[in-house]
Amino acid sequence: MSAIYGTLQHSPTAEENSAPTVLQPTQPEPSVTKPAFNAREKLGAVLRVLIPPLLGIAAFLGIWALIAQETSNLPGPYKTWISAQALFAHPFYNNGPNDQGIGWNILYSLYRVGLGFGIAALVGIPLGFMIGRFKFLAAMTAPIISLLRPVSPLAWLPIGLLVFHRAEPASIWVIFISSIWPMVLNTAVGVRQIPQDYLNVARVLNLSEWKIFSRILFPAVVPHVLTGVRLSIGIAWLVIVAAEMLTGGVGIGFWVWDEWNNLNVAHIIIAIFVVGIVGLLLEQILVLIAKRFSYE
Amino acid sequence: MEKFVQLEKVDVTFPTKKGAFHALHNINLNIAQGQFFTLIGHSGCGKSTLLNVVAGLQDASSGMALCAGREIKGPGPERGVVFQNHSLLPWLTCHDNIYLAVERVFGRQESKARLKQRTVDALALVGLAHAAHKRPHEISGGMKQRVGIARALAMEPKILLMDEPFGALDALTRAHLQDELMKIVAATQSTVIMVTHDVDEAVLLSDRIVMMTNGPAATIGEILTVDLPQPRDRLELANNAHYHHLRARVLEFLYQRQMRPAA
Repeated sequence: MSAIYGTLQHSPTAEENSAPTVLQPTQPEPSVTKPAFNAREKLGAVLRVLIPPLLGIAAFLGIWALIAQETSNLPGPYKTWISAQALFAHPFYNNGPNDQGIGWNILYSLYRVGLGFGIAALVGIPLGFMIGRFKFLAAMTAPIISLLRPVSPLAWLPIGLLVFHRAEPASIWVIFISSIWPMVLNTAVGVRQIPQDYLNVARVLNLSEWKIFSRILFPAVVPHVLTGVRLSIGIAWLVIVAAEMLTGGVGIGFWVWDEWNNLNVAHIIIAIFVVGIVGLLLEQILVLIAKRFSYE
Repeated sequence: MEKFVQLEKVDVTFPTKKGAFHALHNINLNIAQGQFFTLIGHSGCGKSTLLNVVAGLQDASSGMALCAGREIKGPGPERGVVFQNHSLLPWLTCHDNIYLAVERVFGRQESKARLKQRTVDALALVGLAHAAHKRPHEISGGMKQRVGIARALAMEPKILLMDEPFGALDALTRAHLQDELMKIVAATQSTVIMVTHDVDEAVLLSDRIVMMTNGPAATIGEILTVDLPQPRDRLELANNAHYHHLRARVLEFLYQRQMRPAA
């Protein structure tokens, strides 16, 4: 009885088992082709991502080579590449203040940007917080900020030279004054855009001012602040080259000017790439930091 | 009957660009401890405004608002608020969202371990012990609302104020949370004021249903006593004639006497 019952119970599973075995001849076919198809699809996806930028770079190099052929003084991509290899073979040599390796020049520029931008952040972010929090202060500072913000960064250089009497603090001053605005404005907007819900939570829970700041205002505003910081550091890096061209000293901007005086055009082109790549790296670092702080 | 929340001749007027807007007019309401009140009415009738007056988020323009014999001036820990859109801080875990409230209310007199225990208990009360270390965006809408309720309950308020707490949820989740809320209220003997636009929800949960007239200058039209025995079961009530009678009373008020021409 139980044996019959057992076989009765068993038969459906056997049937279920047999069903795939009937299908099996057809099944291996897709299962074999599937990984191959996947790999090909992956390769296709990679190529779709890679081909357009590679094509763009190739077109850029081609046009550059063409122009270089037609102009007598402009070195082409190949000549520049050879020159860059020589240059980056010894990035940190030091033959006195006017002849140092490209590595030192980049580091000095970064140092100035870091200092000027750092002071701007220390002043700009708290200022932005207060402007966002207090309407009176916002109304008070609005005319000055809108007046000063569009001023070209280099217009601030004479003021810096006049006040500090030296080139070094003057270029840091230029970085400071031109990179502070995005941080002030973005922070202020961030504070103003905090959802009323969160502030209601603060009121209902009767949080202290410090808790409101540390648990609600600050985390809510961090993404906005980081946007401001990203814009600011872009501007700072943009401005440093021009400022150093005017003030001198060791730095990538001065180096460009120096190589122009030496008529070493290949080095100028290399400098342009270096400035671009460093700028890109700074931006990417901040994008990574911003990702770390996004809570969504 | 002790009057725990007492509103007398409360008026609320908002300043707007087009001049003053008279939201609430001549509100008189007495709520005893342990009672479940719902406020119902068409949208824009000022039910949320009335709740905010009790919560202390909105000042009454005139009249008297008392809670536990003291004038309501701003929010206080004895009144726990549950918001419609949960209002959890997205950068804090569920645990930390509740801890923030617990710390504020009990932080001075209790140890950290005790505060943490309170937080864990509150999460367990709403059945979310497993979600303690999740951020709000990692959990469902119903779970978020439960955390919001846990946050309010963790403060051990004398009264729970809920502004359409289940309004944004789907019908099944809503029913589930209503059942849970009934259990929690029965267990904690809470006094509750809840804003709703759901007639079934009002009849199921309330001891009294406060039906409000249409704004502007909205006022209390009628207060219906729901004398269904506790605990209530939604399936049994489906066949209960008295339940349907009460439900019809609310519907009649809303759709015959206070029908909005174009809402």
